[in-house]
Amino acid sequence: MGFEKFGRKSFTAVTKTAKFVDFLAEGKVEGTVCKDCGAKFFPPRADCAKCFSKDMTWFEMPKKGKLETFTTAYYAPFGFEADPPYTMGVVDFGDGLKLFARIAKAIKPEDLKAGMDVTIKPLKYEDDQLSFEISKA
Amino acid sequence: MEKDVAVIGVGQSNFVRGYEGSIRELAFEAFREAMKDAGITQKEVDASIFCSAPEYDKQRSPAGVLAEYLGLIPQPTCYVESVCSSSSTGVKMGYSMIKAGLHDIVVVLGFQKMSEITSAESQERMGRGADIQWEAPFGTMMPAYYALYAQAYMEKHGLTHDDMMSVRLKSSTYGATNDRAVYRKSLTPADFDPNNPNTKLPNPVAWPLRQGDCCANADGSSCIILANAKKAKTFSKKPVWILGIGAASEAVNMASRPDFAKGLSVGYAAAAQAYKMAGITTKDLKVAEVHDCFTIAEIMAYEGLGFAPMGEGKQLIREKATYKNGKIPVNVDGGLLSKGHPIGATGGSQIRTIVLQLRGEAGPMQVAGEPDIGLVHNVGGVGLYGNVTIFGR
Repeated sequence: MGFEKFGRKSFTAVTKTAKFVDFLAEGKVEGTVCKDCGAKFFPPRADCAKCFSKDMTWFEMPKKGKLETFTTAYYAPFGFEADPPYTMGVVDFGDGLKLFARIAKAIKPEDLKAGMDVTIKPLKYEDDQLSFEISKA
Repeated sequence: MEKDVAVIGVGQSNFVRGYEGSIRELAFEAFREAMKDAGITQKEVDASIFCSAPEYDKQRSPAGVLAEYLGLIPQPTCYVESVCSSSSTGVKMGYSMIKAGLHDIVVVLGFQKMSEITSAESQERMGRGADIQWEAPFGTMMPAYYALYAQAYMEKHGLTHDDMMSVRLKSSTYGATNDRAVYRKSLTPADFDPNNPNTKLPNPVAWPLRQGDCCANADGSSCIILANAKKAKTFSKKPVWILGIGAASEAVNMASRPDFAKGLSVGYAAAAQAYKMAGITTKDLKVAEVHDCFTIAEIMAYEGLGFAPMGEGKQLIREKATYKNGKIPVNVDGGLLSKGHPIGATGGSQIRTIVLQLRGEAGPMQVAGEPDIGLVHNVGGVGLYGNVTIFGR
C-alpha cells in the first residue's frame, strides 16, 4: 500500500518499491541499487535485472542533469483534464541514469532547450498526491 | 532466400470511424475477401490466430468467438497481442507454426473496433498506454511520447515542421486513391496554415506535433492467409513468399531509452534481422509500407530501414524519393495517416498492400516496374515492439 499517493494520479496501489513515496514525502527522489552487484536503477526496481538479486537498497538521485528532450501536451487523458497544457521531459544524469517527469510551470516551454542544465524537485499537489518535477538548475 | 511460407490470400475491411456492426461482423469482412482471394474453404484451414489490442475489446478472449463466427472450429485458435504491431506479430507466429510443420494453412486475422468503447472509456485507456506504474501518473498519451522523439530529432538533425507536413501531404495524395481509407481528401499546405480558419491540422496536440502529424483511431479488420510451399502451389497462381522476418523490443519507460535523437531502436534491430534472413539489402526493395502513426515516425522509419543515413531521412521527403515514382515508394496506400489506425488490423493492412503490389493488383496505387520485393515495417507502442517483414515473388 501507499503507492496510490504517487503522481497526479496513480494506477498502482501495491508495489515492493512503495517506499519511493515515503522518500518523496521526506523531500528526496530515490532510485534503487543492488547490494550484491551495485547496479543502479531508475525508475526503482525491487529485483536486480543484472544479477537476479532481490537484496536492493535506495540511493538519492543526482541533483544535476541535462534536459534531453521535452514536449508540451495540449490534451490529457481521463483524470488529468484540468492540467493542460503541461510540459514533460527526460533528464539525463549520465552513467545510464535518466528520469521522466513533468517540467515545472515556472519554466516557459519556449525557454527550454535540449542539453540545458536542470534539477529535480519533489512536489506535493493540493490533494496531497506526491510527485517530483524537473526545474531550473 | 528460402521460399517455405507464402501469403495466398489477403483481405481488408473498409477502415471507418464508427463501424455499423459487431466485432465478429467486422472480422468477417476481411476474412471473406481473403478466403475468396485464396480460393479455399474453411476445410483447408488448419489453425487461426486473432490479433487486437485487448483494451478496446469488450469481448473477453475474442479468438474463440471470432473463430466460431468465421467457421474455423474445431481447428486450434489463439490470440496474439503486441498493440499496434499485433497482426504482423500474428503473421510471424503463423509463419513459425507452418515452418515447424505443425500446420499447412493458417489464417491470421487482425481487428479493432475502437468505437466499441465510449470516448470517455477510450480517454481512460489512452492514459494507460505505457508504463502505468512510473509514467502514466504524469498524464502521458501516445502523441506526447512521439513528440519527445520529434523534439530531440528536430533539434539535432534540422527536421522542420514543413518536412513533417510533407509526409502528411504525400500520405494524403495516396490516401485519396485508396478506397479502404478513412481520409480520402488530398491535402495542400493551406491545410497546415495556422492562419487558415477552416483547418484544425496546425493545432498543437503534443508540441512539436500538430493534429496533422497524428493518425486517427478507426475501426477495421485485415486478414492474411499463410500456406506452406506445397499448399501455396496447389491453391495460388501468385503466391507471395515471406523472405525475411525481424522483430525486437525496447524498454517501455522513457527513462530507460537510448538517445532520443537517434529514433526508435526496434526499427534498426528488426530491419537488420529481416534483411539478413532474406539475404537482401535496401537496394533490392521496390516498395515499402512503414508505420507512420505520426509523421515523425515515417522519417525515423526511413533511417531504421536504411533508406537514408541517421539524420538524413528528411532528404527523402524533400526530394520526393518516397513517392510512387521515387527511389523507394513508401506508403503509397496512404499509410496510417490516411487509412486510419485500427490498432490490431494495421499490420495486416500493410501486408495486404505489399502483397497486392507484388502481384501487380494494387490498382490506382500500383507502383510501376512490376515490383518483386517489398517490405512491411510495423511498430507497437512507442517503439516498444517492432516487426519488419520482407516479401517477394
